[in-house]
Amino acid sequence: MKYKLLNFARQLALMLLVIWTVVSLVTLLIEVVPGDPATVILGETATQEQIENFRAKHALDRPAFFVSYTGEEGFTWNGMENRYAEYWTGLLQGDLGRSFQTDRPVADMIFERYPSTIKLAIAAMLVAIGIALPLGVLAGSRKNSLVDNAASFFALMGISLPTFVIGPFLVYIFAVKLDWFSPTGSLYPEDIILPAVTLGAALSAILTRMVRSSVIEELGEDYVRTARAKGVSERKVLYKHVLKNGLIPVVTILGLQLGVLLAGAIITEKIFNWQGLGLLLLEDGIGKRDYRLVQGCVLVISVTFILANSLTDFVYRKLDPRIRLN
Amino acid sequence: MSRLAYIGFIIAGLFILAAIFAPLIATHDVTAQDLAMRYIPPSVEHWFGTDGLGRDVFSRVIYGARISLEVGITVVIVSSIFGTIIGAIAGFYGGFVDKFLSGYVFNVFLAFPGLLLAIALVAFLGAGQGKLIAALCVIGWVGYARVMRGQVLKVREYDYVLAARALGASNLRILFTHILPNAVQPLIVQASLGMAGAVLSEASLSFLGLGIPPPAPSWGTMIEEARQFFSSSPHVLLFPGIAIAMTVLAFNFIGDGLREYLDPKQRTR
Repeated sequence: MKYKLLNFARQLALMLLVIWTVVSLVTLLIEVVPGDPATVILGETATQEQIENFRAKHALDRPAFFVSYTGEEGFTWNGMENRYAEYWTGLLQGDLGRSFQTDRPVADMIFERYPSTIKLAIAAMLVAIGIALPLGVLAGSRKNSLVDNAASFFALMGISLPTFVIGPFLVYIFAVKLDWFSPTGSLYPEDIILPAVTLGAALSAILTRMVRSSVIEELGEDYVRTARAKGVSERKVLYKHVLKNGLIPVVTILGLQLGVLLAGAIITEKIFNWQGLGLLLLEDGIGKRDYRLVQGCVLVISVTFILANSLTDFVYRKLDPRIRLN
Repeated sequence: MSRLAYIGFIIAGLFILAAIFAPLIATHDVTAQDLAMRYIPPSVEHWFGTDGLGRDVFSRVIYGARISLEVGITVVIVSSIFGTIIGAIAGFYGGFVDKFLSGYVFNVFLAFPGLLLAIALVAFLGAGQGKLIAALCVIGWVGYARVMRGQVLKVREYDYVLAARALGASNLRILFTHILPNAVQPLIVQASLGMAGAVLSEASLSFLGLGIPPPAPSWGTMIEEARQFFSSSPHVLLFPGIAIAMTVLAFNFIGDGLREYLDPKQRTR
């Protein structure tokens, strides 16, 4: 028990360390913008006074970090009056700064839109698992059969066809021709189906391949031969022995793919005009050069991903005793 | 090797040849606009038809192969070499080294989903092929490192590795002659998926307007431009879409074929 608690504390410390690094990297990003963000946002025609006001309001007139370096003076200590410290102080109070464009708190803008992205990602993951698990097991246990070839073909299509090709085709067939769903937007509950299938298609393909190759690989292991030699039924071998071990890499992939889904949602949201975080990042953030908003969106998606990753690691350890014992 | 793998090699080879000899194959200037010839369906003059600015889609698809493969190959080579080395070190040495690398460094890089980091970098730095390749490499290596580490962790517990150690083999010898050859297969699958992934990422960013800037004929940009008029002129979206799918498919076939070929346990069964 004591060991478990210690282990948990270590995991937590590591997670906080990673979050600290990500925040620092994201804060650094705004420093690499070529030119002065104030001039970029306000345009060339802005007066000196407007620029100075803008810079003061968004803390751009303070030094970026605790220490700055110039060729003439060398290293200078800036004290606590720096943007990095201020960003952290705000962050610990749930403040992600104010938008350069709308002057609204970035946190408000993000959390208005985040639920619809999470909803979309979860729906896509469910679509993917629902397709991949049965298909992958079926294909792997009947290697080179008709089912296997059909599953492989489906998986290859899903992996090869990009979201932005699948999406317009689905819209064309199910919205324009059959008129079952609206082509864009999220007015009705069923409007999530087309975006979820579009976003989940690639993941379902990757998962099908993973499950299939896992099942095939595990079926070649010695313990399967032992089980068969003992007279265990093929069904029990497959579901009790093979699937249990075969799912380990699948769980890892699922955890890793959550972030891919959240990032990939940007494309799906653009195709379906789905008002989520991706569209906010793309249109309001990058499109209007609202760097503070971009910073916030990247940070929120990354932190979500870190939490999912830690959870994956936890489950992975639970599932494979060989790794836990190390 | 399986028939599909040969098909993969042939398709990939054709795209590579198309990329190399694009100036000889293309029938029209890729940037030449002809507004009188907008959205012409496929014909003898324009094999794949024309786009919204009257440009020849066939020539643009051929030149698009150049951009895609250049980005894909560079990203796979750089990130696989780097990732394999780091992953092997993490998995083999374990302990503090592994904790630092897989627990800290990997997590930091994995904390940014590839596409998101690329989007963030492009948003702050500005678009361009060089920056795009750099961003995809920075993120790409972690996948190889994770696969490699996982394989090393698995393989190093096997009896023959313990036997080699008992015989007094050095760490480096065990790593190179016993562990690496056994871990190489999933890396090849990862590399084939990585190539496909890089091609997709480039197209995705270009589709979002954040990759290779127009008028360069990136497949992603072509699809974005064609999307609005998809129901009336599907060919403008269809051909670059098929090109992306074929390229990705080809590298998947190659990866699968090599995997089965290299794994005797699967081949004999």
